Amino acid sequence: MNLLKAGRVLRRTLWQAVPTVIGVVILNFCLLQLVPGDAADVIAAESGSATAESMAQIRSHFGLDLPLLQQLGAYLSNLAHFSLGNSPRYNLPVTELIGSRLPNTLLLMLAALGTALLAGVLLGSIMASRVGRWSDRVLSVLALLLYSTPSFWLGLMAVVLFSVHLGWLPTGGSASIGVQLGEWDSVVDRLRHLVLPALSMSGFYIAIFARLTRASMLEVSRQDFVRTAVAKGLHPLRVGLHHVLRNALIPVTTVAGMHFGTLLGGAVVVETVFSWPGLGRLAFESVMARDYTVLLGILLLSSLLVILANMLVDLLHAWLDPRIQLH
Amino acid sequence: MRNAVAVGAVALLLLVLAMALAAPWLFPGDPLDMVATPLLWPGQDPAFPLGSDSMGRDVLAGIAHGARMSLAVGVVAAVLSLLIGIVVGATAGYFGGRVDDVLVRITELFQTMPTFLFVIVVVAIGQPSVAVIVLAIGLASWPVIARLVRAEFRTLREMEFVLAARSQGFGHLRIMLQEMLPNALPPVIVTTSVLVASAILIESALSFLGMGDPNTVSWGSMIGEGRELLRTSWYLCALPGAAIVLTVLALNLVGEGLNDALNPRLRNR
Repeated sequence: MNLLKAGRVLRRTLWQAVPTVIGVVILNFCLLQLVPGDAADVIAAESGSATAESMAQIRSHFGLDLPLLQQLGAYLSNLAHFSLGNSPRYNLPVTELIGSRLPNTLLLMLAALGTALLAGVLLGSIMASRVGRWSDRVLSVLALLLYSTPSFWLGLMAVVLFSVHLGWLPTGGSASIGVQLGEWDSVVDRLRHLVLPALSMSGFYIAIFARLTRASMLEVSRQDFVRTAVAKGLHPLRVGLHHVLRNALIPVTTVAGMHFGTLLGGAVVVETVFSWPGLGRLAFESVMARDYTVLLGILLLSSLLVILANMLVDLLHAWLDPRIQLH
Repeated sequence: MRNAVAVGAVALLLLVLAMALAAPWLFPGDPLDMVATPLLWPGQDPAFPLGSDSMGRDVLAGIAHGARMSLAVGVVAAVLSLLIGIVVGATAGYFGGRVDDVLVRITELFQTMPTFLFVIVVVAIGQPSVAVIVLAIGLASWPVIARLVRAEFRTLREMEFVLAARSQGFGHLRIMLQEMLPNALPPVIVTTSVLVASAILIESALSFLGMGDPNTVSWGSMIGEGRELLRTSWYLCALPGAAIVLTVLALNLVGEGLNDALNPRLRNR
């Protein structure tokens, strides 16, 4: 696969994503209009001393009193200028708000997804190479147990064990507050804060990837080209890694791409458990505050991330299996 | 060995179901009432074998009543997403062409939105009641079924028995419902138990965040309330969580058993 072709494919997929993204925006815009109450109500309720005039002023300032179609049109024209509008609640541009939270969530998601892929593929390969034996059975049950565990509960139990009883890791936040740390120490500190949330988020996906790797490795290992490779006298490890695992990774990466959106949704819960200042938490807070501009921005961004993830998966497939044509 | 596991899972599921059905007789009265000394550890008082929370509510009664909520939400939400998914998937797969294009686009639209965020938004639109939660979960999880049914219908459409039915002049609806749907069902049935399991997980996360129905106990809300006392009384989180894990595990095991039974290709693995 050459880079030129990959670039062309990327451009075309992005172009095809435009109607989906516009659909997401319009659908969510209409949905959010159905929610009772608006940001002005919440701000008024919180300040406790709002008058009808001040509420009307907030509404007109943020365009909340305009007709629906006009609001939608304004939002779309903002979008065309790469602006996501302003948040009535924080009184900040939404892009700025999201920008301050996005790195944290991306860090968490990539750490969780990376852990899940590594651990899952490793576990799945072990299971497949020992199929039918007791170690395969035990690992299978373990994987199913992880598959059935809610991430927030896994996180809470990990806090009880590792933070409360053993005192090894911090219970929450993304970094220690109020201490001056050197450059290296602050990286270590951030990593220590990352461990538990990333682990509890990855549990479910470790199970998915392990089961999938096992199944697809078993499927691939019965094919003719594997028999040929073995008959050629290749080392079993080389056959396992180069012939079986490489092909078995195709369904695994497909599912990894499919679950990218679920991972983002799961961030809401895990970020709440560990008071991780990320996008999921911001989304939940903006639902509670009826701050639709922020919420719309987050929904739009997460759809874009999902589309991007699927695109990367397509490219990865073409690299894993050169027979797959990018078209 | 495999059969033993599946039978064990069905037994566990029946136990949870029995607990859910018998909760009003076993634990009469509102499980949200204060009945015991607050913060009893499990085993401390024989009258309350699983202890009590900070408000003096019986944890065992809460878990029994929570089973009703979890199972009801799980099953009804799964049925709802089955209905939507089958209608969309069957229509798209059977007719193909323009109809298919549009329906696939809509399915993709729902799949690009993060499921859990979508559920939160829908619950925020309605009030946090059981009906709204069920509706939200159902609306968010049908795309999996739709894709599955569409794929099945696309292959079935080319089969000879469908051609035979068409040449006999059967209507579209009759061909879809009577001829094709029964043949497309096995993979759907297998997915259903996983669907129920994931609906239970979504509901628990929702009520953990405090967006559940405030008038009923649910396993998620018990964990959410117990979280405040995680350092000292971690059993308040651990016990309802264990109930979720066991129920979902049993459902997933049943799904595996069904898969083995209905997918002969995968047998002897």
